[in-house]
Amino acid sequence: MYDFDWSSIPGALPFLWEGMKISLEITVSAVIFGVVWGTLLAMMRLAPVKPLAWFAAGYVNLFRSIPLVMVLLWFFLIVPQLLRSFFNLDPNTDVRLTSAMIGFALFESAYYSEIIRAGIQSVPKGQVAAASALGMTYAQAMRLVVLPQAFRNMVPLLLTQAIVLFQDTSLVYMSALADFFGAAYKVGDRDGRLVELLLFAGAVYFFICFAASQLVRRYQKKLNAHVAH
Amino acid sequence: MSYQWNWSIFSSPVPTGETTYFGWMLSGLQTTITLSLCAWVMALALGSLMGVLRTVPNKWLSGLAAAYVEVFRNIPLLVQLFIWYFVLPELLPFGLGDAFKQQLNPLTQQFLSAMVCLGFFTSARVCEQVRAGINSLPHGQKNAGLALGFTLPQTYRHVLLPMAFRLVVPPLTSEFLNIFKNSAVCSTIGLLELAAQGRQLVDYTAQPYESFIAVTLLYVLINVVVMTLMRHLENKTRVPGYLGGK
Amino acid sequence: MISIDNVSKHYGSFQVLTDCTTQVKKGEVIVVCGPSGSGKSTLIKCVNGLEPFQSGAITVDGISVGDPKTNLSKLRSRVGMVFQHFELFPHMSITDNLSIAQEKVLGRSKDEARAKGLKLLERVGLKAHAEKFPGQLSGGQQQRVAIARALCMDPICMLFDEPTSALDPEMINEVLDVMVELAQEGMTMMCVTHEMGFARKVANRVIFMDKGLIVEDDSKDAFFNNPRSERAQQFLAKILQH
Repeated sequence: MYDFDWSSIPGALPFLWEGMKISLEITVSAVIFGVVWGTLLAMMRLAPVKPLAWFAAGYVNLFRSIPLVMVLLWFFLIVPQLLRSFFNLDPNTDVRLTSAMIGFALFESAYYSEIIRAGIQSVPKGQVAAASALGMTYAQAMRLVVLPQAFRNMVPLLLTQAIVLFQDTSLVYMSALADFFGAAYKVGDRDGRLVELLLFAGAVYFFICFAASQLVRRYQKKLNAHVAH
Repeated sequence: MSYQWNWSIFSSPVPTGETTYFGWMLSGLQTTITLSLCAWVMALALGSLMGVLRTVPNKWLSGLAAAYVEVFRNIPLLVQLFIWYFVLPELLPFGLGDAFKQQLNPLTQQFLSAMVCLGFFTSARVCEQVRAGINSLPHGQKNAGLALGFTLPQTYRHVLLPMAFRLVVPPLTSEFLNIFKNSAVCSTIGLLELAAQGRQLVDYTAQPYESFIAVTLLYVLINVVVMTLMRHLENKTRVPGYLGGK
Repeated sequence: MISIDNVSKHYGSFQVLTDCTTQVKKGEVIVVCGPSGSGKSTLIKCVNGLEPFQSGAITVDGISVGDPKTNLSKLRSRVGMVFQHFELFPHMSITDNLSIAQEKVLGRSKDEARAKGLKLLERVGLKAHAEKFPGQLSGGQQQRVAIARALCMDPICMLFDEPTSALDPEMINEVLDVMVELAQEGMTMMCVTHEMGFARKVANRVIFMDKGLIVEDDSKDAFFNNPRSERAQQFLAKILQH
């Protein structure tokens, strides 16, 4: 039977925490950017201007049909070159974190855009008509009437997608960036305790994501009760 | 910044000479497809079983299925993959782990771990879709089956599941697409599927753009083919007179 | 045939049925009515064990429904039930709807089941629709198929749970006609319904329920001409107003 030895974990906690901070940084930046860019994409896709709608549809469908792994490979390849040539950076500057953030943000916005589009479409058409009848422009009707209603219903889905995103950030491991999972793997590899560290990482992810999804579920229940009354 | 495009790279032979870089791409594509299909069969079988268990009137069985879903949904795919590949063989009793590590060739080890990982991971999602499908049927359907004298398993087999599966074809299509995309994660344990072949080509030829463009297009192609097939299935299984069916 | 003896049921602290007692003899037609939420649908679902109950006893043809040793599936296969929302199986043709339980539950051959199904389909006047799917029929037609489906099993009695309340008004009569015919042929029937015309025509007794209690259980004439309880009088006044 395998002899477990968890002794390398306590000493490595500060290092693992640094990794967790990177995971969270990527998650938060991608959520914020993803929601903003995703909203714009969704509105473009629903807009009466054909080229805008085509662009948004192409963007969303392309990102949704290729694996995140491929997107990250692209961004680790291209973004560093672009950043360096734009900002005249020293070729040795570490831009992996920035590349990862940009990659995740652009990728996730495609998924957020679909959630938001469904949310906007779930608002009855009569609402836009009513807003127009009051003399609002299309943009005003969206901003003041449709989006506030749509977002209220979408919040649980957006949060669930954020939990998925948090799990996906572990893929930056491919760029040797020490996010939480990368850090755990490095410690395990260094101490020859990969088994323990991988199980530990799995447990940490599980508790965070499980707790978060329970909170989302509770919020959803509250929301449903609110709507019902 | 000047990049030397060279699309003819795909027809040049690989260093070992037994095939061309195009051959590598094809073999990667083949691995991606084989892996995804095997894992999908597993996910569909396991997920349907768990989805049914989640809806049965037995607290223990439905609780068990709920716990199963939570475990596979709340741990990142990459972590699950590493646990299947690096951890499980260490923990298997009766020398099974050693047999796995020593007697199987590395390619088989990678493939098996990847398949089991993707299969379990996706089954949790399939389970949730199947459950949602069953729960979306009117409650009276179950009663009608029981009232005719069907046992509960017969009611599931003849009444609830045939309808539930038709309803969940669209969400299952998206899970089916996901399994192809998720299979790219398996390049991290050295499995030479499509994304890994793309990276390998970059390492050997220093032609990253050609390689990544080709790989990306192949994933898009898989996507289009799967969607077309599933739309066909959706039309075939459509019930006359039901939900906009003809 | 059906004997309900002191049956009580509650969901948590909410009492749905309180000490309900009544009998249905062979060949009798009983109409159960009452305001919504009075427990009448729950009571009829207890008869074939679709709803469990906590105390009391129900026997059908001498077999106890509440007994854990009873083979409920077998009992249910002998008790026909018709639902408010028809509950035909949408993914099967009408013929398959009629024959599936005959084949899988009673073990009849495909041909035998099909022949029986067609015979009963003809009886409810829908033979021409045999190869259609439920979604292609009107509500009234679907409910007639549902009655035929229950009859295919050669039931010893029939339970009707608000069979006409989901129907458009112009379709109600085609369903009631089938039910009247059935009653006149001597089928034992327990019907939850608000169709007082049907009750007047064929019922032997009327049961009036309110708040989980059986308030009245009387012959048809006594119920309509001379309801004893105030609640039944109010109910009748409301329902017969038009």
